[in-house]
Amino acid sequence: MKRTLSKLACGVAVCAIMTGAGVASAADSSVEVLHWWTSGGEASALNVLKEDLESNGVSWKDMPVAGGGGEQAMTVLRARVTAGNAPTAVQMLGFDIQDWAAEGALADLNSVAAKEGWDDVVPAALQRFAKHDGKWISAPVNVHSTNWVWANKKIFDELGIAQPASWDELVAALDKIKAAGYTAVAHGGQAWQDATIFDAVVMSVGGPDLYKKAFVDLDPAALGSDQMKEAFDRMATLRSYVDDNFSGRDWNLASAMVIEGKAGVQFMGDWAKGEFLKANLKPGEDFLCFRFPDTQGTVTFNSDQFAMFSIGEEGRDAQVKLASSIMAPSFQSAFNVVKGSVPARTDVSDEAFDACGKKGMKELAEANASGKLFGSMAHGHASPAAVKNSIYDVVTAHFNGEFDSAEAVEELVSAVEGAQ
Amino acid sequence: MSAASKDTALRTGAIARAVIYSVLIVFAVFYLLPLFVMLVNSVKPLDEIRQGNMLAFPQAFTIEPWIQAWGEAQIGVQPTGLKPYFVNSLVMVIPAVAISTFLGAINGYVLTKWQFPGHRIVFGLMLFSCFIPFQIVLIPMARILGLLDLAGTTSGLVLVHVVYGLGFTTLFFRNYYDAFPTELIRAATIDGAGFFRIFRRILLPSSGPIIVVTVIWQFTNVWNDFLFGASFADFDSQPMTVALNNLVSSSTGVKEYNVHFAGAILAALPTLIVYVVSGRYFVRGLMAGAVKG
Amino acid sequence: MPARLALARATSEVAIEMIERLQTYLPRLVLSPSFVLILLFVYGFIVFTGYLSMSDSRMLPSFGFVGLENFGKLFNLRHWSIALKNLAIFGILYIVICTVIGLGLAILLDMKIRGEGVLRPIYLYPMALSFIVTGTAWKWFLDPGIGLEHVMHLWGWESFSFNWIKSREMAIYTVVIAAVWQSSGFVMAMFLAGLRGIDNEILKAAQIDGASNWQLYRRIVIPMLRPAFLSAFVVLAHLAIKAYDLVIALTNGGPGRATELPATFMYSYSFTRNQMGIGASSAVIMLMMIASIIIPYLYSELREKKS
Repeated sequence: MKRTLSKLACGVAVCAIMTGAGVASAADSSVEVLHWWTSGGEASALNVLKEDLESNGVSWKDMPVAGGGGEQAMTVLRARVTAGNAPTAVQMLGFDIQDWAAEGALADLNSVAAKEGWDDVVPAALQRFAKHDGKWISAPVNVHSTNWVWANKKIFDELGIAQPASWDELVAALDKIKAAGYTAVAHGGQAWQDATIFDAVVMSVGGPDLYKKAFVDLDPAALGSDQMKEAFDRMATLRSYVDDNFSGRDWNLASAMVIEGKAGVQFMGDWAKGEFLKANLKPGEDFLCFRFPDTQGTVTFNSDQFAMFSIGEEGRDAQVKLASSIMAPSFQSAFNVVKGSVPARTDVSDEAFDACGKKGMKELAEANASGKLFGSMAHGHASPAAVKNSIYDVVTAHFNGEFDSAEAVEELVSAVEGAQ
Repeated sequence: MSAASKDTALRTGAIARAVIYSVLIVFAVFYLLPLFVMLVNSVKPLDEIRQGNMLAFPQAFTIEPWIQAWGEAQIGVQPTGLKPYFVNSLVMVIPAVAISTFLGAINGYVLTKWQFPGHRIVFGLMLFSCFIPFQIVLIPMARILGLLDLAGTTSGLVLVHVVYGLGFTTLFFRNYYDAFPTELIRAATIDGAGFFRIFRRILLPSSGPIIVVTVIWQFTNVWNDFLFGASFADFDSQPMTVALNNLVSSSTGVKEYNVHFAGAILAALPTLIVYVVSGRYFVRGLMAGAVKG
Repeated sequence: MPARLALARATSEVAIEMIERLQTYLPRLVLSPSFVLILLFVYGFIVFTGYLSMSDSRMLPSFGFVGLENFGKLFNLRHWSIALKNLAIFGILYIVICTVIGLGLAILLDMKIRGEGVLRPIYLYPMALSFIVTGTAWKWFLDPGIGLEHVMHLWGWESFSFNWIKSREMAIYTVVIAAVWQSSGFVMAMFLAGLRGIDNEILKAAQIDGASNWQLYRRIVIPMLRPAFLSAFVVLAHLAIKAYDLVIALTNGGPGRATELPATFMYSYSFTRNQMGIGASSAVIMLMMIASIIIPYLYSELREKKS
């Protein structure tokens, strides 16, 4: 009936061809997954999940939409939900999950979560995003930590630089690298990359206290504090170690500069490791991975999760199977070994991981235990999208020399206020 | 229309001609440069691209990136390459172009030969629709497609492209038919020919050039569309541009530029062929209608 | 018998009248599906956007009425003024340069050039490609580290410098270059078509009267190309205002936010920043700008036809 009406409604000529093409049938045991892991290793890692589900009799309908770290996919999701055609599961980050939950669009996973004991194995900082109103709404896949430094060991050895443990040591090391004619810091001038460094720098200046007050509580006093000005000063210092061609550079090209020995260090999340490994470099021998100086012990993270949408009863069973497969330790291990991240559950064996991965898992567990695990502002795990982007605006404008540090602090306070 | 091979009235000397030719060639180089960069780098191994000169010819020639892009590269979880999406695009483009061209022709016919009170306003309103920024229609369009039960279907995409193509197709045909002698129509009416008969027997047979222009225009726009394709297609109807974007702009992971370039050229081939093959008719068609405003 | 005849005549008259009436309404009937589609999907959506611009929508449309608050916020954003300024720079340069190059190439190509059949598709083809396709190539080409500057250095011209895309002041001009690359060939085709439509006899007559080539073009040819100028202007203006892919592919709005345009602004506020109300209000402003260009054009065009 509805279809007949629709045909009447949409004009004679257009409908002539419409009868031919079918509408996606609501197959009983299939899941449609919207995600932006569309190429290379991460896509094949996801294939592990697909095969796992297929062996359980659930077919996988792939809906990849790449672009802008998920921005494009989120736009598509809006269209899909508005059309009443939501996918089964959607790859999502941080506050987006909570926003969709607040719209009432997400499904309740509490029964499977209770059965499998998710509450006990997923760090509380992740549950902050994976649960809404006490209900599990999404299944976390991984934890990326963002406050890493990636360094070319050959350059460090050649110049006799030890792994810097404090901000001053870092500056001294960068000075040496720069003086030797290398690019000291390999960086890509994209807003999210600038902000990734800013996360680490704020943490290094004011520790978890400032970080939490400024980015989570959005306290104007913290955002306008002298410490924040100090953080901007440090950003300006780092800017002086970056080459002139940085703007717009993709992060992986910056990694390549370190890999090829053109640059000393890169500040980037643990996904950069994949680039080093693919270039046949060995952790500890050819490259170093260590925490951003003065942030040791704390971990800023982002976590890819699959948010489950309310799609009615007939797809429910397959959806639960999907959630359960994502949370299975075997998948968490297999996927994260490939992806460079660490599992979202703390009870997965680290056997299959390399040195950097083992270190990451250990530090995650420690930070979780000591309450020093924080969502990354740059990756949408500290504040909502509007606020995050308004911080981006200021950080990136300052990094590109539009503001000095005092102006940047003022702008930051007003931008964050304006975005709430 | 008949002036395509006229004598130019201008006298030019040998030096002037040399200058003319060099200017034309310089511009040809300018236009070809990006295509050259894409082509040359699509047949180089990745190492050579990383270190080398992007304008240099390949030292080690390889066809592998093309094979990868067409049939093996990861697009989402499946290593399918662009191949399956090519079909999706064709299934969408052909009806969308055919319907919007047909409607444009008939609209142009009505607006010039069967004018009614207010026809100018109707035309003005339709023309203004060419200029609507597509981003604003995303959400309401999704809602309507959902209501029509067309969300995530090729038919839905066809509908969207027809709607937002109508303004231009109507413009093209209206301007073309405007110059068509009305006396012929009158004579035919007196002979008792009806509305459709006149259209079919008199106007359509002489619409060749403008049909070419309209088809080229629509084909290019629909084929290259990304926003609608990404938003309104489902897992089984995603067009080529969405797949290409998935291939080239994945957030993490190694960027295989040679594969990206090969994929980009593959995705562009249909429109390139259409332009090259029918380029001559294109100018002729523009001459006959579109630029008469 | 005569009565039957009269009846038959009467019925046939009724039939003819009906056919005639059908003939008068048929054209409108045929046009109406298209018109209804446009009314709903264009004007309906514009009204919807207008309403959103005065609502408190964030992630999805919502209908809490907030009056003109979003417009106030919009014009307080530094971001938006940058976008408007960039549109002015970009729009003017883009339209002027495309027109000049397009007209120039068309005039040259019209001089009985050997190989026109090869050159014309070369000039035209960029219009056939989307920027998803060519964006990467342009980005490379403009990047001083791997692009033109690097190549010139490799070829021995060490002092050559071309780093506009990395500079806040100059980056918007690289967007102009790529945009001109894409559409100037199309403009060329429009002018070429216009030139080919000019009656050669007029030119010959003027030449016999002793007009120089320059005068010939300035006095006769260019004025006769007026319709082509207008069409080109409208096509270019709407491409300029809608320019989106181009910026995303080349600079993604950077360095900093130096190449933000209204279209990218609207997209990011509507869809990535969850401030749909502000996004919609920027869309309304864009629509007003488009209307202020298109409506006078439509008015003059359609009125002229009347006389």
